[in-house]
Amino acid sequence: MNIDSIKNGYVIDHIKAGMALEIFRVLELDKLDCPVAIIKNAISGKMGKKDIIKIDAVIDLDLDALGYIDPDITVNFIKNGVLVEKKHLELPERITNVIKCKNPRCITSCEQELDHVFKLTDREKRVYRCIYCESMAKQR
Amino acid sequence: MKHLIDILDFSTDEIDALLDRADDIIANPDKYREVCKYKKLATLFFEPSTRTRLSFESAMLSLGGSVLGFSEAKSSSASKGESVSDTIQVVSCYSDIIAMRHPKEGAPLVASFRSEVPIINAGDGGHNHPTQTLTDLLTIRREKGRLDNLTVGFCGDLKFGRTVHSLISALSRYTGIKIVLISPDELKLPAYMKTDVLDKNGMDYVETTDLIEAMKDLDILYMTRVQQERFFNEADYIRLKDSYILTKDKMDYAKKDMCILHPLPRVNEISTEIDDDPRACYFKQVACGRYVRMALIMKLLEVEA
Repeated sequence: MNIDSIKNGYVIDHIKAGMALEIFRVLELDKLDCPVAIIKNAISGKMGKKDIIKIDAVIDLDLDALGYIDPDITVNFIKNGVLVEKKHLELPERITNVIKCKNPRCITSCEQELDHVFKLTDREKRVYRCIYCESMAKQR
Repeated sequence: MKHLIDILDFSTDEIDALLDRADDIIANPDKYREVCKYKKLATLFFEPSTRTRLSFESAMLSLGGSVLGFSEAKSSSASKGESVSDTIQVVSCYSDIIAMRHPKEGAPLVASFRSEVPIINAGDGGHNHPTQTLTDLLTIRREKGRLDNLTVGFCGDLKFGRTVHSLISALSRYTGIKIVLISPDELKLPAYMKTDVLDKNGMDYVETTDLIEAMKDLDILYMTRVQQERFFNEADYIRLKDSYILTKDKMDYAKKDMCILHPLPRVNEISTEIDDDPRACYFKQVACGRYVRMALIMKLLEVEA
């Protein structure tokens, strides 16, 4: 298997095996015009198996969404073919339009233009709550 | 500019100052008669609540201000499909402060994002009702002289009762509070309230299904209504409904200075024969509601006597 190295873009590394397609969907990578590679079940010394996503373009990467899906992910920033930054993610304090509030009594259920915003209320237990109705997001 | 969306938006110092102001209004009503002259309160009630709306309107009129608004969604632009954000931006142009009730949870928070004037949450679905909590705190402090070192019993529907959840959250910031949760298993306090509020703040609490057994230790008994529609089957409701009705004979088990509160309206959960008992404080609580709303309006409008 031959995947060209990236000139300007990102390598999203240390994705838990099996999660790459969900990240692909959440980041809406299907809408990109540039080369995007998904590597599933790559061998990893630490993780056993892992997934990797390579994006060969500079885009507005939603690190909060990535951190929410898996805070153990590493994002490598590539510029002119060189690794310029390695970012270790963590659980974001707030996520916007990554998940939707399921509470039918929440104001977001009837006002369609509102952003669905969740805030981290318990880092240890990874609890996120809707900022409007305080319903707990389904835990990952 | 400050809003009141959740009782925890205010620090305990702010709440104490608000209650001090309410006490002063009760003692010296004349001093406050015109402090809000030429100010307008808009009461936007997207669902009916005569009691809360009248309390707000009476509060503003007692401060010398004026009121405008609507008392149900069908008499507002919401019936034409207008969003909360748009309604609020319009009403902001007509008023100096807005009290808003809405059936959807979080609607007042959305309003606060777009409003040019302070927003008071007058109840959003089953979520928050912070001015009821201020009312409860003022009543407790006036009756007991303190907000710490109290044993507070909550009886009835602890699962869906927003006033119960808000008052427990507010009391969690005071020391020496012991909570006694008295309810049928079907209507117990939700697990998240126990983990996120009671356990997180190291609060002392017990759960029981027996009102009489719990009664003897209580300084405050906060009654709520057990509604038939909360039960899956009628047999369970019939079996349990009388256990949570406060009657004269049950009052024999209570302390001589216990204080009974109820957010009202009551249906049958407090027998009317108790109304003349000096421990029945629920109508005093209604009066406190107006005074504390007066203090709140002054605080948010930043006016002084």
